[in-house]
Amino acid sequence: MTVESTAARTPRRSASTKSTAGKRTTAKKQPGTEPELVQLLTPEGKRVKDATYDKYVAGITPEELRGLYRDMVLTRRFDAEATSLQRQGELGLWASLLGQEAAQIGSGRATREDDYVFPTYREHGVAWCRGVDPSNLLGMFRGVNNGGWDPNTNNFQLYTIVIGSQTLHATGYAMGIAKDGADSAVIAYFGDGASSQGDVAESFTFSAVYNAPVVFFCQNNQWAISEPTEKQTRVPLYQRAQGFGFPGVRVDGNDVLACLAVTKWALERARNGEGPTLVEAYTYRMGAHTTSDDPTKYRADEERVAWEAKDPILRLRRYLEASNHTDDGFFAELEAESEALGKRVREAVRAMPDPDHFAIFEHAYADGHALVDEERAQFAAYQASFAEEEGV
Amino acid sequence: MAAEKLALAKAINESLRRALETDPKVLIMGEDVGKLGGVFRVTDGLQKDFGEQRVIDTPLAESGIVGTAIGLALRGYRPVVEIQFDGFVFPAYDQIVTQLAKMHARSLGKVKLPVVVRIPYGGGIGAVEHHSESPEALFAHVAGLKVVSPSNSFDAYWMMQQAIQSDDPVIFFEPKRRYWDKGEVNTEAIPGPLHKAQVVREGTDLTLVAYGPMVKLCREVADAAAEEGRNLEILDLRSVSPLDFDSIQASVEKTRRLIVVHEAPVFFGSGAEIAARITERCFYHLEAPVLRVGGYHAPYPPARLEEEYLPGLDRVLDAVDRALAY
Repeated sequence: MTVESTAARTPRRSASTKSTAGKRTTAKKQPGTEPELVQLLTPEGKRVKDATYDKYVAGITPEELRGLYRDMVLTRRFDAEATSLQRQGELGLWASLLGQEAAQIGSGRATREDDYVFPTYREHGVAWCRGVDPSNLLGMFRGVNNGGWDPNTNNFQLYTIVIGSQTLHATGYAMGIAKDGADSAVIAYFGDGASSQGDVAESFTFSAVYNAPVVFFCQNNQWAISEPTEKQTRVPLYQRAQGFGFPGVRVDGNDVLACLAVTKWALERARNGEGPTLVEAYTYRMGAHTTSDDPTKYRADEERVAWEAKDPILRLRRYLEASNHTDDGFFAELEAESEALGKRVREAVRAMPDPDHFAIFEHAYADGHALVDEERAQFAAYQASFAEEEGV
Repeated sequence: MAAEKLALAKAINESLRRALETDPKVLIMGEDVGKLGGVFRVTDGLQKDFGEQRVIDTPLAESGIVGTAIGLALRGYRPVVEIQFDGFVFPAYDQIVTQLAKMHARSLGKVKLPVVVRIPYGGGIGAVEHHSESPEALFAHVAGLKVVSPSNSFDAYWMMQQAIQSDDPVIFFEPKRRYWDKGEVNTEAIPGPLHKAQVVREGTDLTLVAYGPMVKLCREVADAAAEEGRNLEILDLRSVSPLDFDSIQASVEKTRRLIVVHEAPVFFGSGAEIAARITERCFYHLEAPVLRVGGYHAPYPPARLEEEYLPGLDRVLDAVDRALAY
């Protein structure tokens, strides 16, 4: 493993700094206190060896590498389009994944078709990997629905707004897989802020106790809205797993190759009946928490600049170019494909019809409910009264 | 077994056993539900007969119990989870309200969550704090949930069957102070609909509406009132959401007076909803305002005071007097 040591925002205290435990410290990070993180591509795009994880990407082809690059570029383009659409008033809100493309594409491409994914509301790249049409991700942000896709079509659960809730659903689903004797696995996404939630701790407990085939994929993007990671934890997040009795590993979340390898390893463990794993993808949210947020109020520009140097897309591009895996035609075609995607998404959002008025009452219950029936009838009569007034 | 006398807790136990036998997807989950059989022994013997894969002792974490049950339901299972006591449901309240209740709607009907949450509820057993509460209104207020409470062994048996078969999440409130009351259970009977109220005593002068633990009290009230020449009708609601207003209306149109009795605080309780809707529906039939008898707007008191807090014979009879005085 190599050690990345340039993080501008890191947990200020590792488990080894017991002497200062309990005291507020703003001291700069001491050399050697930064936990190791798995890295296969340096920010300069150099491939580095890793004895444990290399084998999970050993057979990767140039075409597959180009595929990962394409995934990241298109996901970023989609995300940029959604941000623009919010600014244009077409979406009520958007949660950008800018900067987290490697963590999402790497982990998303590690999943198998029969695996099941439990996302938060920012897993646009994972949704892409699962084959969910990007336009479908925008319905809830436009306000025409609270979901937008059938979770069972792509084994990709609906976005979850309440922080950390989905980790328990993932664990229960994984318990079901184990009961069924299947060899698929579950991956649950959450953030550094969610790591403070009781549900996440409970999901660790349940998954460990029942040896459930679930991978907890924490994208530590350094900020929970305006709260830095040090407001969530006094130990590096991946170390939490140890106390629950399963392994935790920190991976360079801006390194798509490392994210792919580590997630494959963790999913393999799950399939082999070895139980849960916590993967902490150490990354950075380059944009705001959502479009309602203003990061200039709580974080320094220098921090973002430092992380931009570790841009996940640039990193893979450098590696592809240095390895002669691409030519100018590839980038030009991808650029054209990106623009086409942006256009398609823009048009799809603008064409989204408002839901039927009666959708309020649809699907409140699977088996129906007398009160819903009564209120629907009242609503219908009320609506019809306007038609009568208009002489229709 | 066709018809026999069973304690209410045993009726639920037999019902769970039948569900486990009938449907391999049914699971029982909760704290102490395995070897101990639950603190009230409602799941007694089930783990022994169906194994740890079907009757699952869980970590002591209510949100975890409900949250993992949701995941299991997404995988195609039908979990029946036990919350040990009423006051312990709140750590799971977030999962129940924001996830269990909403996921079907959020998925536009693609996802079904056939989860039953069993909650022994109510007071009258001399318990310590958080072991005697009646939080049913908090659940009935939430769209997406169904809330039921049996008052007798027959209903306990059959309503549990129906709750497990429902594709909606059902909060199943078990009247813990009636767990040991015996009643006839015909396991081959064809039960009425889960959400239909039942007239358990015909009367002409006034309607008492109750559910769960208060139905028995209302019977005692009606007996006492009968000695004074008053003929009370009793309606066992059985379901708090949906609520069978048609049956209440029919009874009120006959008796013209209504009292709702429940253990939960009166303020914003299910009685308030019943009073409001019945006033809308039966304004010209009512001879008296709809009265409510229930708990006070105060924390559930220590056990030595609970008889003052809980509706008892005299408090309900007093309300009967007031209603008939109009």
